[in-house]
Amino acid sequence: MSNSREQILAKVRANQPQDERPLPDLSAFPARSSELQDQFMTVLSLIGGKAIKVANYAAIEEYLRSNPQHGRMVTSIPELYGIAKPILAPGDPHELADVELAIISGEFGVAENSAIWVTENNFVQRATPFICQYLAIVLPAQQICANMHQAYQRLQGLEYNFGVFIAGPSKTADIEQSLVLGAHGARTMTVFLLEN
Amino acid sequence: MSAVPTLKHPALSERFNADEPRVDWHDATLWWIREKRDKAAHTLYEDWESLRNAASAIKDNVLGNLADYLTQFEQNALANGIQVHWAADAVEHNQIVLSILKDAGAQRMVKSKSMLTEECHLNEYLAENGIEVVDTDLGERIVQLAGEPPSHIVMPCIHWKKEEIGELFHEHLGTPKGNADPQLLTEAARQHLRDKFLTRRVALTGVNFAVAETGEFVVCTNEGNADMGVHLADVHIASMGIEKIIPRREHLGVFLRLLARSATGQPITTYSSHFKKPRDGAQMHIVLVDNGRSQQLGREAFRNSLKCIRCGACMNTCPVYRRSGGHSYHNAVAGPIGAILAPNLDLSKYSDLPFASTLCGSCSNVCPVKINIHEQLYEWRQELTRNGKVDFGKKAGLKIMATVLSNPGLYRSMGKMGRWTLRNMPGMVNNSLNPWFKQRDMPEAPTESFREWYLKNRK
Repeated sequence: MSNSREQILAKVRANQPQDERPLPDLSAFPARSSELQDQFMTVLSLIGGKAIKVANYAAIEEYLRSNPQHGRMVTSIPELYGIAKPILAPGDPHELADVELAIISGEFGVAENSAIWVTENNFVQRATPFICQYLAIVLPAQQICANMHQAYQRLQGLEYNFGVFIAGPSKTADIEQSLVLGAHGARTMTVFLLEN
Repeated sequence: MSAVPTLKHPALSERFNADEPRVDWHDATLWWIREKRDKAAHTLYEDWESLRNAASAIKDNVLGNLADYLTQFEQNALANGIQVHWAADAVEHNQIVLSILKDAGAQRMVKSKSMLTEECHLNEYLAENGIEVVDTDLGERIVQLAGEPPSHIVMPCIHWKKEEIGELFHEHLGTPKGNADPQLLTEAARQHLRDKFLTRRVALTGVNFAVAETGEFVVCTNEGNADMGVHLADVHIASMGIEKIIPRREHLGVFLRLLARSATGQPITTYSSHFKKPRDGAQMHIVLVDNGRSQQLGREAFRNSLKCIRCGACMNTCPVYRRSGGHSYHNAVAGPIGAILAPNLDLSKYSDLPFASTLCGSCSNVCPVKINIHEQLYEWRQELTRNGKVDFGKKAGLKIMATVLSNPGLYRSMGKMGRWTLRNMPGMVNNSLNPWFKQRDMPEAPTESFREWYLKNRK
């Protein structure tokens, strides 16, 4: 196998072009919108998600009590331990198979596509945002950047073991291009935009 | 390669074309996706062309420094705790995957979409070795249950009608007979595959991008099947072609803006998962596969094909693909991009594919990394001719055409004869011996040529 490594690298070295090929300047892609929150909410509804503006965690709890889930609720946010069980330290991810609603915190959102960046730190178990039937992400309303270039500027040099941009609920259009929400991951995605 | 000669594109297209309403439906469906791509591109109209230029330039840089980026990636991935394997060809890739499965003591595996494993015929190899593979992308599961390869790299069962999927699921998953509701069928697949996710200990994924700077790799899906597979498994195997490397994490910004917009018209896929380190107690393997890529890198006219990010936009727009279907390309990657990648792997077997094009250039115009696809198709035609891979009929036809076109007198008399025949003896051309008559009517013949008209009318 290490033999293949040397062979492949030698062949690539021999065959790769030798001319100068500079990397492009990515500062050429500035923010095109300043209404980031509005854009984020509009795009989110287009991709099948739902945004709810809330003033504080108490409002999230109130919302969840008035729209009750009939099943297991877990969260990684201590402020919500009153309504959902904490996701404990990493263990067997299969243990999460019956989770109805998972509520996790998001690091930041991206206005152009409504993607929210989350890492393992936000949900303890990597399987959490995928295995739950319904997903809610709490996102500080100020933490929305314009585009993916700005998103990666934020991630510059940042350490994470597993991170993911999540944009809306799991979906498929594999059957005659009919859009169906809830393929294998979460069936819905609710974003609580936390005002302060 | 195989003993049984495979049918070539014209014969396979003819099969697809036998059902005309179906061809129209296939054509319209793909064009609709092309239109969605246009709208999505337009939302970024200020940046779109610059993004394509930037993506192309990043890939140029990658091709010029690939060996260094590969070793940089390897070093960082190893430091992250990922096990790195190198496979010179498809056989070695398959052997590596099998050995990982054996080490894990697993006889079953879930797999998310990976065109590379299609290229390597991994499923067949593992089946021969007693390993059960379940494809978990809905479209891939459908074609797997039907015993077919995918017909499109992004939408594997784009050629299937929902009623047929209803029948298939009735047979395999026990859905109600005659029910073709996409919602119901998707839910049935969700339940069926959830059981697989929860019970398989090894999961294989493809790789969309691998970052040299950090040793991480990114996998994009809408369904969430890649993540459901790997986060519930003890072993994650990621198979990637060596050309999937990008230099820095910030370059993902360019590619993730282009990929889903070009593929399906979405602003981004639902999940863009960044795998940097294995989960505690779990293994992560990455298999770096060459399988002809280093050779293609050395072909100056064709090396830009390695820039491809597998969005499928060139297929959705291609007038030939839309009317001949993905299976007519008899290759893991169909459409215009498949037609410039495949001849590198086997010049004889795929000698037909560069001719499966009108050279209209639409593929190059939509390509997010600006591959000159139609020019490469034309280059391959010349390469094939130089290597004696063009069949006698086509060669003879082109020779006759060259003689006629280079001889004005002959050209005029042939034109006259042609017009006369079309007018007076249409049966001579409107018959099954004339390939131009297949699935279309011959044009109405004018009474005079342009030259005759011009001679009469010029002042």
